[in-house]
Amino acid sequence: MSRGKNVLPEAGPTSSRSAGSRVKRAIAGVVAVAVVGICAFLAFAWRPAIKEVPTPEASSFSPVLIQQGARLAAAGFCASCHSVTGGKPFAGGYAMKTGFGTIYSTNISPDRETGIGTWSEEAFLRAMHEGVARDGSHLFPAFPYDHFTKLSNADVHALYAYIMTQPAVHAENHPNEMPFPFGYRPLQAGWKLLFFHPGRFEPQTDKSQVWNRGAYLAESLSHCSACHTPRGPLGEELTNRLYQGAAVDGWYAPPLTDANPSPAPWTSAELSDYLTTGMSRYHGPAAGPMSPVTHELSTLGAEDQKAIVTYVESLGGGDARGSHAQAAVTSALAIDAQDRTQIRSEGGRLFVSACASCHYNRLPDVNPNRPELGLNSAVFLDDPSNLIRVILYGVSAKEGSGGIVMPGFAHGMSDADVASIATYLRNTRTDKQPWPDLPKQVATIRAAGPGEIR
Amino acid sequence: MTRLRINGRAVTINADEQTPLLWVIRDEIGLKGTKFGCGIGMCGACTVHVGGRPTRSCVTQLGAVEGADITTIEGLDPQGDHPVQRVWREIQVPQCGYCQSGQIMQAAAMLKDFPEPTDADIDAVMTGNLCRCMTYSRIRQAIKQAASAMAESKA
Repeated sequence: MSRGKNVLPEAGPTSSRSAGSRVKRAIAGVVAVAVVGICAFLAFAWRPAIKEVPTPEASSFSPVLIQQGARLAAAGFCASCHSVTGGKPFAGGYAMKTGFGTIYSTNISPDRETGIGTWSEEAFLRAMHEGVARDGSHLFPAFPYDHFTKLSNADVHALYAYIMTQPAVHAENHPNEMPFPFGYRPLQAGWKLLFFHPGRFEPQTDKSQVWNRGAYLAESLSHCSACHTPRGPLGEELTNRLYQGAAVDGWYAPPLTDANPSPAPWTSAELSDYLTTGMSRYHGPAAGPMSPVTHELSTLGAEDQKAIVTYVESLGGGDARGSHAQAAVTSALAIDAQDRTQIRSEGGRLFVSACASCHYNRLPDVNPNRPELGLNSAVFLDDPSNLIRVILYGVSAKEGSGGIVMPGFAHGMSDADVASIATYLRNTRTDKQPWPDLPKQVATIRAAGPGEIR
Repeated sequence: MTRLRINGRAVTINADEQTPLLWVIRDEIGLKGTKFGCGIGMCGACTVHVGGRPTRSCVTQLGAVEGADITTIEGLDPQGDHPVQRVWREIQVPQCGYCQSGQIMQAAAMLKDFPEPTDADIDAVMTGNLCRCMTYSRIRQAIKQAASAMAESKA
């Protein structure tokens, strides 16, 4: 460089040339800085590959350990994302539509060519705790390593034992569909620098053991806040709005805090029914992406179920408002009794013809098989997506407590019909602001299609 | 391939998942008691029970009932002698009869939820089951009589 500086003036300096050379030098400087910066970033982003190992024999793990891993895998809903409907478990292929493109879950069965059969436990642990694949590439946070980092090494050990003893499925991974630069994995190192806080779960000493167990499961494995917390422009969870509700996968994951708008409080009893059976008396069935969550939680041991309920209840404080339930029920059922007198409105007429035969309740209480819309968060949330989706696409026999169906009315009702029913419910069941532009919102949700139903 | 149980019998259906359950019941399985009315879930003629709950089969897609237990009018009672069916005959509720299997399935399910139905209950639950012959007053009478008969047989 210094030689270049000396040489240039001898070449016959003119004012324009010298200006040109200054520009050139400035460009060279910028390029040099950029190159050094990129090199430094790549060096920072670079993670070594961990060498392939023979797939561990099933006999190298104790059956108790494998069983423990199975329960943990259920609490983490691994199969929900790493399988597709009708596909083999853990073979991947589930499409997640994000603001950064569509990401397909990968094959995590122990197949050596297409799965993770060559991964050592060290590689598996690094993926769970740091979001780095065996080959050293950064994983996208669609894989919630920002939660799994809180898992104890012992639990990751059990998960490894379980995953590595599942049937190997030969299934190539579906390439992600992410526009540049989002699909460029080294950039994930930058995301991690900004938003990722690696480290194990730390119990709160002023809380009970049960609460801490629940917090551990909910914040690490079950990653509840991944759906129930709003995300910022780069897809990071906004930790100052933890559990305050968020739009996800075409649904709205309601707030778990006391901002939840359902008039019936989420007491421990309601949460327990909902999370472990897929259905609660006052809040109805778990539908959409919440349905597989409840199915998996139903397989947990009673103590872990109680722990999760204890933690989630503490987020909203529903037990302290338990006495509000009766008044909410009385008020909702009084409105039910009015439906037939209010069929002046188009939405009211449609509701009475198509919906009331199942959704009508009479005092003294709600029948859990007749979900009471006057108590349901879908009618009370500011975002009408959940209500519209359920009217259009129904609830299948696999969702909720299982075996019961709500048909979808997508083929029977126009956008205006669905909007008028939603408007009718919003007007008669709640004191909330009307939903704006409903027919348009219905059209948008209809155009997006039903998505995966499992 | 969708597996389900219909009137206690396990069946496997090879049809598109979006096929209406009503088509499967009538055309694949061959049970013709369940009727096609409006096709958009607004008249109740196609009502069957899914998991014991009254469900309009014309808008229920086959894929939604994977693994479910379905009962049609033919399976409500093996002899056609469900208390609701008995009073239906006694009172001679039907006129043309087209909507009646849907009415009976809806009424039988309602009496499980509301064993002593008031007029308001009947209005709320049965309004979605249309009858173009206007047999509504006989339907109401039959439901109340069936409720009494069922209460007596329990006592």
